[in-house]
Amino acid sequence: MNNIVVYCEIEDGQVAEVSLELLTKGRKLANEIDRKLEAVVIGHNLNGIEEQVFPYGVDVLHVADNSRLYPFLTLPHTEILVNLFQKEKPDVALFGATSVGRDLAPRIASSLKCGLTADCTSLIFGDHTENKTKKEYKNLLYQIRPAFGGNIIATIINPETRPQMATVREGVMKKEVFNTSHKGEIKHIKVDTILRDEHMAVEILERHIEKQKVNIKNSQIIISGGYGVGSKENFDLLFELAELLGGEVGASRAAVDAGFVDHARQVGQTGVTVRPKLYIACGISGAVQHTAGMNESSKIISINNDPKAPINQIADFNITGNVEDIIPKMIKFYKKNIK
Amino acid sequence: MSFKIVVLAKQVPDTRNVGKDAMKADGTVNRGALPAIFNPEDLQALEQALMVKDQVEDAEIIILTMGPPRAVEIIREALYRGATSGYLITDRKFAGSDTLATSYTLALAVKKIQPHLVIAGRQAIDGDTAQVGPQIAQKLGIPQVTYTEQILDVNLDELKIRRRLERGVEVVKCKTPLLITVHSSAAECRPRNAKLLMKYKHARSVSELQEESKDYTEMMTNKPYLRLEEWSVADLGADEEALGLSGSPTKVKKIENVVLAKKESVNLTTEDKDIDYLMKELIDSHVIG
Repeated sequence: MNNIVVYCEIEDGQVAEVSLELLTKGRKLANEIDRKLEAVVIGHNLNGIEEQVFPYGVDVLHVADNSRLYPFLTLPHTEILVNLFQKEKPDVALFGATSVGRDLAPRIASSLKCGLTADCTSLIFGDHTENKTKKEYKNLLYQIRPAFGGNIIATIINPETRPQMATVREGVMKKEVFNTSHKGEIKHIKVDTILRDEHMAVEILERHIEKQKVNIKNSQIIISGGYGVGSKENFDLLFELAELLGGEVGASRAAVDAGFVDHARQVGQTGVTVRPKLYIACGISGAVQHTAGMNESSKIISINNDPKAPINQIADFNITGNVEDIIPKMIKFYKKNIK
Repeated sequence: MSFKIVVLAKQVPDTRNVGKDAMKADGTVNRGALPAIFNPEDLQALEQALMVKDQVEDAEIIILTMGPPRAVEIIREALYRGATSGYLITDRKFAGSDTLATSYTLALAVKKIQPHLVIAGRQAIDGDTAQVGPQIAQKLGIPQVTYTEQILDVNLDELKIRRRLERGVEVVKCKTPLLITVHSSAAECRPRNAKLLMKYKHARSVSELQEESKDYTEMMTNKPYLRLEEWSVADLGADEEALGLSGSPTKVKKIENVVLAKKESVNLTTEDKDIDYLMKELIDSHVIG
């Protein structure tokens, strides 16, 4: 088969955003090498689920529907996917880099002894010639990700093992409907022949999953703060400006680690990827993990004490100075000039 | 029978505090400029193990770390905080291992110990992959509970665990043997204990003993717990094809240094006229307002 397959996560009967983003990417990759796009949905009460995925260009949808498959548990989902991949031999398998995908994908890779790259920021096909053997490979998946604390960008390949597996965070790829009337084929997985009691070793006693409250991804204006903002109190200034402009507050990993704001606001490789029309980076030096998550913003303003901060290189405007001096001035001007 | 806990820990370069001298003039990473530290989530994994040891009678904590000889520092650090013993897995043949080859090696080491519980940090800050824990669990054929925030209840046969997920929490129970990975929201590790520091400050790995000018023979005979054993490829009975570069399906095709594409940017000061100019620009171009 050697197709492109995407594992689709389900929460409350809905296919996750990140999965739809991966289907969009998967469709493009499949077209490039003239293969089919397949999707796998594992859960319970999945009647009609195809309506959510076919518009994204899915040619074959594998459905495993069983009461023991929802909510997500590592072992049964692993078992079903390992079985499916052994049978279908996909060329590429993509997972969301979520608490589900990052739990599941490594187990499958370990079982199939194949390569897996976490948190890719770009996936493209390319060729490769092995240095020693001069063996040539066509259309390998280049899995591109920042590494070593974001100081380098690494391109990872898996020449010999299949599937070529990768995880991608929500928001990194763009979601786009392929064709609203596209229809694919549905294949039902025989769950009972695969699942055994030992796969149910972990039992969920309680589960509280909230709908995501803060959604900075869809905000057109983001006022983002880094460690340089200095305190939770100074972040209040960012919130004030964001509210005034109708935007949201984002943050760098350092600011989240310092406890200034919640992780849901984190922008970058291990947070959310955003493409707003205005991104104001306050006290953010601009490590590549952060810039990977915001460098497609239409307009970037950097407020930083350090005129040599790396982020200034990608900013349209650089203001050298303190966040607590500058933001109040911006608020004052806006209030005076916009009624 | 004692309750055996293996804690998997890694010594990592402190990528969180990358200073200006961390990159060399030619754009490569200057590893020497980055201090080597106990991977933060692995330290939190150790705390979960110590809390289990506080609750369960007769529990022992065995630290496993894989790396170059100097990674033995991690084992000493864990002993100062209450671990029982540790093994350094070190061999040049491990060099170049990706997560799959690493998990193969660590799984062999865990099998030698046959623990009830394996605890690891969710991910290491030099790679952020979060893959090695689940990959080991698969190789051992045991269940996993990732993203652990707290072990709520533990006995010889079963654990109750709270997990911290992106959008909520989950409480699960699972029988032993089991592998868990610990999330950054878990409790921080307790500090070094002064008595343990005195007890273990002369703990030395086999390689260190060979290099020491001081004669440790008598001390090691009287206090055998100060000798920290090392495991090589041969000790683990590992298949060399499954190790290092040859055992790693992922290959690094290319490494690029990060050079941000430079934009023509406007430089401003904190003076009112500059801020007013900027705001006016944004309003006039309908970016805001």
